[in-house]
Amino acid sequence: MVEGALVAGCRFFAGYPITPASEISEILSIKLPRLDGTFIQMEDEIASLGAVIGASLAGVKSMTATSGPGFSLMQENLGFAIMAEVPCVIVNVMRGGPSTGLPTFPSQSDVMQARWGTHGDHPAIALSASTVRECYEMTVKAFNLSEKFRTPVVLLMDEVVAHMREKMVLPDEDDVEVFNRVKPTVPPEWYMPYEDTPRGVPAMANFGEGYRYHVTGLTHDVRGFPTSRPDEIGPFIARLHRKISQHFSEIQMAEFFQTEDAEITIVAYGCVARSARRAMIEARERGIKVGLLKLVTIWPFARSAVEKVLQKSRILLVPEMNMGQISREVKRVNPGVAKVFTLNKVDGTIITPEEILNRITEVA
Amino acid sequence: MTKKKQKVALPHPHDPLLRADRIPHIWCPGCGIGTIFGCVLTAIQKSGLPLDDVAMVSGIGCTGRMAGYLNLDSFHTTHGRAIPFATGLKLARPQSSVIVTSGDGDLFAIGGNHFIHAARRNVDMTIVCVNNFNYGMTGGQVAPSTPFGAKTTTTPIGNFEEPFNFCSLAAACGAVYVARWTTLHIRWITDSLLEAIQKRGFSFLEILAPCPVTFGRRNKLGKAVDLIKFLHERSVVRNQIDPKDAVLDFNKHLVVGKFIDIERPTFLDNYQLINRRELGDWPALERQVPRMEKQAKG
Ligand code: SF4
Repeated sequence: MVEGALVAGCRFFAGYPITPASEISEILSIKLPRLDGTFIQMEDEIASLGAVIGASLAGVKSMTATSGPGFSLMQENLGFAIMAEVPCVIVNVMRGGPSTGLPTFPSQSDVMQARWGTHGDHPAIALSASTVRECYEMTVKAFNLSEKFRTPVVLLMDEVVAHMREKMVLPDEDDVEVFNRVKPTVPPEWYMPYEDTPRGVPAMANFGEGYRYHVTGLTHDVRGFPTSRPDEIGPFIARLHRKISQHFSEIQMAEFFQTEDAEITIVAYGCVARSARRAMIEARERGIKVGLLKLVTIWPFARSAVEKVLQKSRILLVPEMNMGQISREVKRVNPGVAKVFTLNKVDGTIITPEEILNRITEVA
Repeated sequence: MTKKKQKVALPHPHDPLLRADRIPHIWCPGCGIGTIFGCVLTAIQKSGLPLDDVAMVSGIGCTGRMAGYLNLDSFHTTHGRAIPFATGLKLARPQSSVIVTSGDGDLFAIGGNHFIHAARRNVDMTIVCVNNFNYGMTGGQVAPSTPFGAKTTTTPIGNFEEPFNFCSLAAACGAVYVARWTTLHIRWITDSLLEAIQKRGFSFLEILAPCPVTFGRRNKLGKAVDLIKFLHERSVVRNQIDPKDAVLDFNKHLVVGKFIDIERPTFLDNYQLINRRELGDWPALERQVPRMEKQAKG
């Protein structure tokens, strides 16, 4: 993951120690200074994300990493980054909650917090990872999406994946696609930092480049200044949403395993997707036609991927390590053609292939 | 002030730094923030710094709105968090001169923790705290600066808490430059600001400002002019004294002056020093105070 961040161009990290995300800080504290980057341990998570946003505005790709309680503290500044359209990456290694909860045990309980944690109507991009290779790839992807859409991107991990050791060959740096924010080409007098464009994403000047513009968390006009005019507020908030919804296909990532003929499809993400795959193979050995839809992009929700499996499957099973946060979304997009079953576990232990298999035989 | 100039349509020396189309501003008549804003503009001009390298970061509140009227890179952040945003900005772009302008509530109540840590780290930035003794924008509630016994909307009978001495706090946390003035000390504010902007390290300037509309009115301190006079007449200049002795006593006197002006390596000086591995392990490193780059005074 750290390698992914560095390849993607991350040169600033601000964080606050928290289990189980501290390893990311520790490794970056060694690596960043050697690459002329900056590492700083801030006084809390609020300050960490604040510094990350400030650094990004100065033109340096930036990230932070945290876990549940720290992610809660970051919510206000997360909303600021969405509103002010400042790219950055926030890794949340999820733990069991609420409150201090289960610091050293895996969980997937921050899925909805990543979507709705900060106040107000806002779009959200959140990715997940279930293998070490995906940690690398999704970190690169998270930076690319944040730069492309001028928005913060949350990378949801769980303790299992974050602490997993797997062999992987790092791709050649030149083969990794890295996207950098689009810079303005107009002279400073003409620059509109928040104007609408065909893609819905305005060009972004960095501080210090002579564009001298204003950045605020208040609702603002195309020049970035506070406004309370309904004819400016409405289009602005609409554009914030549209710049994501219009580019669904660029953001959406999901994997289909043997879903073509599947009567039962498991919808899973993160470490649960690993158990689900094992369960799928074993179920097929027993003659039950099971497929797996692995969600990689968590938000915006993979409506089209679910609709695709619904063409064949009449039973969906959503195992997750929370009380049913993604299953709610699956139910929402299911037009009533399939039965949606859940398998929820919140005791700090992982969902095993056997548990999924048992549930499959129950519902089949 | 600026409103008047606009009417007569004569060029004003601050014009190049102002976003004239954003004016009229939101501040109340008689408010001290405008005066301080003028001093900030003069100091920036006098510093001779390339304007593209100056950034203003502000928090939330009346003073927080300063950034929006300034024709520079300006950053209006979340409540209490101006300093962390400014820290990121400065560390990612060390050639920037970062000025944080905010009120006492933003910097010392909700943002107090960030203040003490940025001062400890000696992040190179200038903090301008407009102390109006209450929360102005939200209607005049009690703040960490409200004098004992003073009336606010949330202490209608009188404040039963003791206020902070911000200058003493800043010095104790490691600020390299600490000064306090009232809004009538215009020359001194400007001079201090210039010194603070040119100083490498965490500089702190507190300016006692009249807030006639919420604080002045409730405490029967008269009209704006009376309040300005009150603050000025009660003030006594005591340069170089230990800021913990620089007390603010509304019944006796308000101690102002330049209290601290010292040298100490900044966060980035030490970051680079420690990370130069060839110098050996960090306990053996000699801590050097970097030489000041002298800048021409306007
Ligand atoms: S409320 Fe007080 S501080 Fe705020 S603008 Fe009015 S006079 Fe100034």
